[in-house]
Amino acid sequence: MSIYQPPADWFKAPTGSERTWVGIALVWCIVMSIMMPLWHFKGKQNSSGEAYRVEPMDYAKRVMEFIAANQVGVDEGTMRPIVAPAPGSDVYLQAQMWQYTPIIKLKLNQEYRLHLSSLDLQHGFSLQPLNMNFQILPGWDHVLTITPTSTGTFPIICNEFCGIGHHGMTGQIIVEE
Amino acid sequence: MPTGNHGANEMRSCETTGLPVCLNAQQFIKLNAVCAVVFLLIGAIAAILLALTRWPAVHLLSAEWYYRTLTIHGLNMLIFWILFFEIAVLYFACTTLLNSKLASKGLAWASWLLMLIGAITVDVFILRGKSDVLLTSYVPLKAEPGFYLGIILVAVGALLGVINFFCTIYIAKRDKTYEGSMPMVVYGATAAAIIAVVTLLHGAVTMIPTFVWSINPEWIALDPAWYRITWWGLGHQSQQVNVCAMVSIWYFLSSVTVGGRPINQAVCRGAFVLYILFINLASAHHILVDPGVGSGWKIWNTSYAMYLAVLASMIHGFTVPASVEVAQRYNGYKDGLFGWLFNAPWRNPGFSGFFLSLVIFGFGGGITGVVLGTQQINIMAHNTLRIPGHFHVTVVGGTTLAFMALTYYVVPMIFQKEFYCKALCRIQPWLFGGGITVFAIGMSFAGSYGVPRRHWDVDMGGSTLFTGFGSGAHVWLGIMGVGGVIAFIGLLLFILLVVSAVFFGKSNAGGPMTPWHGDTAIVAPIPHDAPHETPGTMILVMVLLVSFVVYYFANWKWLSDVWHVR
Repeated sequence: MSIYQPPADWFKAPTGSERTWVGIALVWCIVMSIMMPLWHFKGKQNSSGEAYRVEPMDYAKRVMEFIAANQVGVDEGTMRPIVAPAPGSDVYLQAQMWQYTPIIKLKLNQEYRLHLSSLDLQHGFSLQPLNMNFQILPGWDHVLTITPTSTGTFPIICNEFCGIGHHGMTGQIIVEE
Repeated sequence: MPTGNHGANEMRSCETTGLPVCLNAQQFIKLNAVCAVVFLLIGAIAAILLALTRWPAVHLLSAEWYYRTLTIHGLNMLIFWILFFEIAVLYFACTTLLNSKLASKGLAWASWLLMLIGAITVDVFILRGKSDVLLTSYVPLKAEPGFYLGIILVAVGALLGVINFFCTIYIAKRDKTYEGSMPMVVYGATAAAIIAVVTLLHGAVTMIPTFVWSINPEWIALDPAWYRITWWGLGHQSQQVNVCAMVSIWYFLSSVTVGGRPINQAVCRGAFVLYILFINLASAHHILVDPGVGSGWKIWNTSYAMYLAVLASMIHGFTVPASVEVAQRYNGYKDGLFGWLFNAPWRNPGFSGFFLSLVIFGFGGGITGVVLGTQQINIMAHNTLRIPGHFHVTVVGGTTLAFMALTYYVVPMIFQKEFYCKALCRIQPWLFGGGITVFAIGMSFAGSYGVPRRHWDVDMGGSTLFTGFGSGAHVWLGIMGVGGVIAFIGLLLFILLVVSAVFFGKSNAGGPMTPWHGDTAIVAPIPHDAPHETPGTMILVMVLLVSFVVYYFANWKWLSDVWHVR
């Protein structure tokens, strides 16, 4: 009947099980709407999008200064610096085609301000095996206030397409007691 | 027979339905539908190559060709196949169903030519090898200017087609070719067309500056964060055009295959209005873990203003199967709760394609879409395979399958050609729908292990910092590969059946089409006062709700286990 004109009196309120279902669906939509703001205040995992504009060259300079002040070693496989910043401090991670610098050592259950930015294209920040994912944009300093709650070695992989070497783009966060 | 505002020799009467067919509209429905299927074939060849590359045991393409093929696949499937088909649907809805002639033949030519030239331009530039930027072409990733120009041409062409649709509605109203309210299917198509205009305007705002920038980056500075927000005004919203078109097709097929009739048209039409008003906000689903946009903005937009567009889909999720149930019960299939469903015309590919599309879209695409698009849960989903796992059961298992089901009526009624191998036609929706469901399940579970989308090598190309995903992820990627092969066979079968019918099929001009089931090709609509009994549908939607609630809260539980972040 949907392909023919409706009867003249088609505009009327729903009845019976249709009315019941619209009511149930509306309640469920309200529940889902409340969950997000509720989690924002009560939950521990939120993406607040805190960010500041930054020129890629300036960001690279901050990263270099950060590495110079906090370096504790070098990763033998990749020759990338390993840093161990103080709990509560600002931590800078630099994404560029096709690596993340530096390798970061964090303490369990300590809060850090993790800065993410890119020197060239858009990149992803995908922390494995936790499967936590954030976006990295050039020109934007994306700040995650992060508290590691488990120890071990956590690879970072890129999950935003960034050219032919994208699949080999990795980094690492190490969390110790 | 009504002749509406048609001139002499401008129309024919459909021998199957008795409805008037505008010959100009028929010509452009054919042209657009043929192009749609050609681009579907290009997209399908790309699809199987991609599935066989992401299946780690096969890993077919090189990295370079994987990303190039992925660019081809996204544009040909998501843009060209769907847009051409939708323009054909719009032309049909505004002429035959309103008893009107098409407003402008010139505009229809301009629309079709621009879209065709644009689509060919895009494909040529991708294959030149300097535009491996994927569908989204996130700046500062840069393609050749011709790539963006081609997309702009397609968008302008589609906009002209939509304008032609609105002009036709105007002249139909002016010439009083119909009285009172327009039929539901036309109403839904109008909702799709309104959203399409907003979508295409976003496309212009994004693509024109990007085109200028691709010629010379010195001329204009593009902010990647700005690009992502405006591009998704195009990218996500265009999918809502598909949802509207698909739901309209569901109502159409319910009507022709079982004589279905919505219980309450005010409810169904109201749901389409909710789409128009709120669906645009869903573009925010793609920037939930982005820098620069705050929590308030993310939460408000991702909830589509209190999930009112989700409410619309949940309403259609009831009203569409209810229309089938009411009609089947009226026609004598009254046994138990589900006698109407078991005795539905499952051998009719128009019905099976429609109902499978409804189930796959609702249970697969709908639930995953809302959950992945929840602001905080998106942290565990953004850019993983869970995302394409979701949209392959909306836009492929839902929209594309609905379009296929409709095609089983378009070819005999508009092209006036009969299908060969009807037995193969009858299994095709099952093969394609089943394959794509297995494919999407494999993708989604691989994604929940963290496997990224748009990624050539899950073993990370020999990186020493991460040596790749474990055996669990590999198993799911293998399941994805098997599903992809089955879906590809179903898709190829569809193209072969359609091409053989359109170009070599027996003409049925002068008589009605051969029925897919029963004695008549179009089942007579049930009367308005048929009893509204829908206990079976109520059970089905309650199962949907329970699945929804369980999946939703399970995801919150998984989220609570990861590191703290704000």
